[in-house]
Amino acid sequence: MTATDTHQTDIHKSIDAVWRIESARIIAGLARIVRDVGIAEELAQDSLVAALQQWPESGIPNNPGAWLMATGKHRAIDYLRRNKRLEQKHEIIGRELEERQDAAAEEIENAMDDDVGDDLLRLIFTACHPVLSAEARAALTLRLLGGLTTDEIARAFLTREATIAQRIVRAKRTLAEAEVPFEVPRGAEFTARLSSVLGVIYLIFNEGYTATAGDDWMRPELCHDALRLGRILAELTPNESEVHGLVALMEIQASRLGARAGASGEPILLFDQNRALWDHLLIHRGFTALARAQRTAESPFLQSVGPYALQAAIAACHARAHTAAETDWARIVELYGMLAEVAPSPIVELNRAVAVGMASGPQAALEIVDELREEPAMQNYHLLWSVRGDLLVKLGRNEEARGEFERAGSLTENARERELMLARAYNCGGDAND
Amino acid sequence: MRFMMLMIPKGYEAAAPGTMPPAEHVAAMMKYNEQLTKAGVLLALDGLHPPSAGARVTFSGGKPTVTDGPFIEAKEVVGGYWMIQVKSKAEAIEWASRCPGLDSEVIEIRQVHEMSEFPPDVQEAAGRLKP
Repeated sequence: MTATDTHQTDIHKSIDAVWRIESARIIAGLARIVRDVGIAEELAQDSLVAALQQWPESGIPNNPGAWLMATGKHRAIDYLRRNKRLEQKHEIIGRELEERQDAAAEEIENAMDDDVGDDLLRLIFTACHPVLSAEARAALTLRLLGGLTTDEIARAFLTREATIAQRIVRAKRTLAEAEVPFEVPRGAEFTARLSSVLGVIYLIFNEGYTATAGDDWMRPELCHDALRLGRILAELTPNESEVHGLVALMEIQASRLGARAGASGEPILLFDQNRALWDHLLIHRGFTALARAQRTAESPFLQSVGPYALQAAIAACHARAHTAAETDWARIVELYGMLAEVAPSPIVELNRAVAVGMASGPQAALEIVDELREEPAMQNYHLLWSVRGDLLVKLGRNEEARGEFERAGSLTENARERELMLARAYNCGGDAND
Repeated sequence: MRFMMLMIPKGYEAAAPGTMPPAEHVAAMMKYNEQLTKAGVLLALDGLHPPSAGARVTFSGGKPTVTDGPFIEAKEVVGGYWMIQVKSKAEAIEWASRCPGLDSEVIEIRQVHEMSEFPPDVQEAAGRLKP
């Protein structure tokens, strides 16, 4: 490799790094001009191509973001002229001005905020629009806001590159055909749409969180991608409690990434994890974000925070305990009780049962779990049966427990989990003499 | 990937205890820190008191010796750090390049070790369970 070749590689790495930092903002700014995220991305890519052509010669400009944005804007204006959309755009601007005059004073003030921040927020809400499927929202968000390539997204979600490419193309087309406006929703719609955005970010996080050793390294990277998106959103919407709640939850869960698998990749349950391997920097960040969630909620008391903040508070209880034995189970029971009120579900109830079992003994927990057996949604949920098995073991009812573990094993699709369930069934004893 | 960006301010090795940077420089740095925060890449940052307020421990055959600062032989000392989470060294370098550093300041970029990089025996020593 000659000196020139090395230089080329270095400059390309630098341009790549600049792109990772700037691309979302560029796409967002251009989308406001052309009113179409698909076109905006193409125009942004054109800017990147121009940079790749010019910067190796001229060097990276002092403000590369501004260079890319300016180049993109020229192309955007050209595009609009070519497509004779200029008049349409004037109509849209005219309507917007009228609407703004009608808007409340607070909204006008908000409209005068940092332009770049607003555009980025518009892009986030558009990529996460409910007209798209959950998968499409995730793929589009990772592409437009995460700056991931199609190949990276495919590897992260264990699918083919062509599948993701199609998914993204279709998503852009759906947004265009539905004429989804490039805007941040207001009022009651804002809360619902924000919930959708948080759902996308958490979906991405969970995809990374469930990655197992031996998987493509892009998968656990998803946790970091989701965390980054969450942190960005937290700065764009600093008064939204649930955004901080989600960030808190992700920071604390991510703190355990290094402790969740043994040396040969086998999963280690929370109670058995070596807490010295928990990342205390992330735990600290999680506590900080949780405090922000409480400060920005309607009242400082946890009763008024949303489900993400409550889940984060539960995770914080575990994070606070130096050993599993020191866990404040009574507090966790309380928090699950609050979670059951704001976001009731059989799974929350099951988790509450586990906590009740730790705080008050297995009999109390078994009563809750026995009722959950009636829930149709829980019939095929392997964890219900493994929790029941665990409680029965604690009550000395090993024979019954074995059946529950076997049932749990038959219901899980995960080979490692099945092994674990069958091992627990075996350990219940019981032989030909029973 | 995590990187530390170590701020090495020339002259800090001789700074008296309680030395504070000038207000405009602090303001410029705070704007930079805000950029890192808004980009979602900042994990932590801190400023350090000058070496004149600190101490050094050296070792000889397992026996420690404590020396109070300042350390006349030291030509470069750390004044502060940022820890960031990014996808590549090039990205860390790009961020460091955007710092409003003075002519007298150097930023050194160092990747942070992750547990997964270590061979199995080291990981075991750190406490992971044996298979």
